[in-house]
Amino acid sequence: MIKAILIFNNHGKPRLSKFYEHYTEDTEQQIIRETFHLVSKRDENVCNFLEGGLLIGGSDNKLIYRHYATLYFVFCVDSSESELGILDLIQVFVETLDKCFENVCELDLIFHMDKVHNILAEMVMGGMVLETNMSEIITQAEAQSKMEKSEAGIAGAPARAVSAVKNMNLPEMPKNINIGDISIKVPNLPSFK
Amino acid sequence: MPAVSKGDGMRGLAVFISDIRNCKSKEAEIKRINKELANIRSKFKGDKALDGYSKKKYVCKLLFIFLLGHDIDFGHMEAVNLLSSNKYTEKQIGYLFISVLVNSNSELIRLINNAIKNDLSSRNPTFMCLALHCIANVGSREMAEAFAGEIPRILVAGDTMDSVKQSAALCLLRLYKTSPDLVLMGEWTSRVVHLLNDQHMGVVTAAISLITCLSQKNPDEFKTCVSLAVSRLSRIVSSASTDLQDYTYYFVPAPWLSCKLLRLLQCYPPPEDGAVKGRLVECLETILNKAQEPPKSKKVQHSNAKNAILFEAISLIIHYDSEPNLLVRACNQLGQFLQHRETNLRYLALESMCTLASSEFSHEAVKTHIETVINALKTERDVSVRQRAADLLYAMCDRSNAKQIVAEMLSYLETADYSIREEMVLKVAILAEKYAVDYSWYVDTILNLIRIAGDYVSEEVWYRVIQIVINRDDVQGYAAKTVFEALQAPACHENMVKVGGYILGEFGNLIAGDPRSSPLVQFNLLHSKFHLCSVPTRALLLSAYIKFINLFPETKSTIQEVLRSDSQIRNSDVELQQRAVEYLKLSSIASTDVLATVLEEMPPFPERESSILAKLKKKKGPGAVSVNELEEGKREGGELNGGGGERGGDNSTIAASNASTPSPSADLLGLRTGPQVSAAPPSAGSLLVDVFSEAGVNDDGFLSSAPPSAVSEDAAPPLPESNELLNKFVCKNNGVLFENQLLQIGIKSEYRQNLGRMYLFYGNKTSVQFVTFTTTVSCPGELQSQLNVQAKPVEPLIEGGAQVQQVINIECLGDFCEAPLLNIKFRYGGALQNLSLKLPVTINKFFQPTEMASHDFFQRWKQLSQPQQEAQKIFKASHAMDTEVIKAKLLGLGMALLENVDPNPENFVCAGVIQTKAQQVGSLLRLEPNAQAQMYRLTLRSSKDTVSKRLCELLAEQF
Repeated sequence: MIKAILIFNNHGKPRLSKFYEHYTEDTEQQIIRETFHLVSKRDENVCNFLEGGLLIGGSDNKLIYRHYATLYFVFCVDSSESELGILDLIQVFVETLDKCFENVCELDLIFHMDKVHNILAEMVMGGMVLETNMSEIITQAEAQSKMEKSEAGIAGAPARAVSAVKNMNLPEMPKNINIGDISIKVPNLPSFK
Repeated sequence: MPAVSKGDGMRGLAVFISDIRNCKSKEAEIKRINKELANIRSKFKGDKALDGYSKKKYVCKLLFIFLLGHDIDFGHMEAVNLLSSNKYTEKQIGYLFISVLVNSNSELIRLINNAIKNDLSSRNPTFMCLALHCIANVGSREMAEAFAGEIPRILVAGDTMDSVKQSAALCLLRLYKTSPDLVLMGEWTSRVVHLLNDQHMGVVTAAISLITCLSQKNPDEFKTCVSLAVSRLSRIVSSASTDLQDYTYYFVPAPWLSCKLLRLLQCYPPPEDGAVKGRLVECLETILNKAQEPPKSKKVQHSNAKNAILFEAISLIIHYDSEPNLLVRACNQLGQFLQHRETNLRYLALESMCTLASSEFSHEAVKTHIETVINALKTERDVSVRQRAADLLYAMCDRSNAKQIVAEMLSYLETADYSIREEMVLKVAILAEKYAVDYSWYVDTILNLIRIAGDYVSEEVWYRVIQIVINRDDVQGYAAKTVFEALQAPACHENMVKVGGYILGEFGNLIAGDPRSSPLVQFNLLHSKFHLCSVPTRALLLSAYIKFINLFPETKSTIQEVLRSDSQIRNSDVELQQRAVEYLKLSSIASTDVLATVLEEMPPFPERESSILAKLKKKKGPGAVSVNELEEGKREGGELNGGGGERGGDNSTIAASNASTPSPSADLLGLRTGPQVSAAPPSAGSLLVDVFSEAGVNDDGFLSSAPPSAVSEDAAPPLPESNELLNKFVCKNNGVLFENQLLQIGIKSEYRQNLGRMYLFYGNKTSVQFVTFTTTVSCPGELQSQLNVQAKPVEPLIEGGAQVQQVINIECLGDFCEAPLLNIKFRYGGALQNLSLKLPVTINKFFQPTEMASHDFFQRWKQLSQPQQEAQKIFKASHAMDTEVIKAKLLGLGMALLENVDPNPENFVCAGVIQTKAQQVGSLLRLEPNAQAQMYRLTLRSSKDTVSKRLCELLAEQF
């Protein structure tokens, strides 16, 4: 089961937190801080798994994370999940965000929190994986946007607002999370005798 | 007009967020947020009906504020109202707010349930999915009661849309996890299993999580899923990737589902049906074969997905543990991964190999990788990976390679990360004990362990080496010689001194023949360490000295002189002084015979489970050390101790045997492993018994720090307002602690010295009886060693309108900061009520007022002038600044309110002593009101910094 999904930036500012078990608000914040502390001190190119912090259940839980440009995506899971599977799931999540927001960046997560939550809800529900197929997720997300637009009446307004946001004078931030081609070459394995 | 306002609205959100992001300080941020909260509150409260767009905007703002860690205490009603809107946008944002902000014991659940009920019956798939999501995210008992019957119907109904089925499956899983008793098995269960055959892969993906969970709990009922899972897996594994279209991820067909299918199969033993089994073995072989094929893509995602399946397949092979051929192939595959350039794969390979090492078919195959694993321990950059390597070395260790592995782990310890040292030490100690063939190697290893990582060697470890030396005649001489040599080092760890003191005191005679280690040399060596040691070690050394007098009469005068010196016989520590006096007296009046009887060699320790193994188990949590291993530990331990005696006897046997030994000094050195021993009845009549009881208290310290996680397991977390409730009782002892529609809890309490008694009155405010009414009081964390709280049992049944009483006795052992938790559970009309509160026991309750004159007060004030002894707070008055009210509160605090002390008559000064069992903490207080600014300055000074801080925190909330 997935216990929590956290996204925070390189400075530890939370950008999305979704807990699938109940904690008090204080504990949730402490978990975010603890997790940031554990994850951020790790070098690049070490492995993507580590034992969970004490607050979220210690060594029975694993933190599985990926670091994209300014953001950390961290899934806290128990032993019933496949580590590599979750790693793929993070990738699916990020690729989906990238498609929905067209080159997703940290700002998109901040200003469209509701949308990010909705996309996540199409993938994970109550801590279990609902759907892993990216095109299915995107179809659902697009259907939602369409409904929103049709209800909003004047379709132009939200778009205008978005452009207003994007043109605002905000602290510099890489435009693109760059989910990039982390193309590590897999060597040809010696054939099995 | 609407267009403009909507544009502004979104801009409003954007402006707010960028305002926050531009805030230079936390204070500025809080100020901006409070302004926004006030704005939203007034908008919600306002007469004008908000349109959907503004509601959405405000809810988004609230979510953002919540994400930053600020409490949101309003807006819930607005969110609930949004649920019943017919517009998707409004409904959706309402559900979002609720799933993020509403917790399961909210009073709003009933209203939310109504909206959910409407949406579930709406036949609109989008609305149904929103409602199902909400149930799955909140997952409360009330929701389970309302919907546990309905959801299985939606799940298996023929006309349900696929997306709704997916959501219904996971929703049902959530309810089953939170309230298994409410999800009744029925006709739907057999149909759920057949969802594994569903055409829509998304439905299978969601259903398989549900089926896995149900199978774990009721394996027999769901047995049919095995053959279905095998055939589904086989279709995925054998098909060309193009067949699965969208579920192909970087050229790997349905990796997530494959993993889940393999996990499901791990709930069952190998299939009995030959055909099914054959098909499954074929699948597993195909997966292993695919790993050897050249990759279809160079992207890391491709290899990730492929290997995710491979690792699950290997787990299944290990789980079956019946196909030697597959096991060896799995082991070879993992061996390849051990040297893979991807750190993730090395990590997972080490982890999987750990489980593989326990299989008899593959244990030998795992052992062939020992060099690689040792290398990983030495060279991996990532501590997570190194830790896995250490785990694997521990798992693959047996008699044939123990010496090599222990040596490698010892040398790794010298540079190991601090975070894993303690665990490494325990593992080395266990391996050394378990696989010791000759005991000199064992003694060497443990002494090395103390030398290299003395700080991390827990008492259990050095207790254990002494037990083994005492029980084995053949190693005693060697142990004495080795420890004597180890003590020659100019700086040696205190644990080494303890072992040295004990062993030389018992067996120093075995090496006394050598003039280089003559009795006097031994004594001088030990005594040269004496002054650098802590009190418990010194006490142990004094006992060793008296044993020396018995072993070597020629040292008597030297040792008597030491005992007689002022630094011993007048030592300020009671324990040391008592020992010096008693030992001196014993040595001068007892005849040689009596002395020999009293100080005879320790009897062998009865055999029992290795205490270090128990400690490792506790450290790793139950289940981390397999039962297998435990039994093996016992068996091997028995061998090592030349045992054969009672096995696994509990700790009380040792106490009993000690008490019944003829020698009155049986417990002379207080050697024990289980802390229970200190609670054993002392063998009365001997002046020497129980001399180590002080050390016993320290033992308990470790134990008591462990259990809090267990305590909080099923009790509800404390109510958010419980801190406020606690503050209400800082300055008073009686009143109403808590009240809701059902229950009222009143409190009366009295305190004297370090003891207190509290009467709790539980009143049933309804006309229906409460049944299975239980309360538990727990002390989380450190508090366990600081406060002793005993609650008398309470009546399990409270009639409507009746009140029952509970008595709680409290003893303050040391100063403390937290409050004990009171958890109350009862059933009211079938629904379980579960609430936790903080008991208003605060440190100031144990104040004794102290009257003193102005001169004395300021003199003491000055004495407590170290910066950490003072705590100060300046804060705004939250009540009217009425002198009489302030006085009453200060008196209620428990200190003496001193008149005519402070030169400024406006100020208040108080003095008092906090009585704890361990010590008394004097505290002085000064409160300076500033009526003009409506502010106070509060200063506390006490002999203990934690006390000043805690008192200051508590009091700042009172005025």
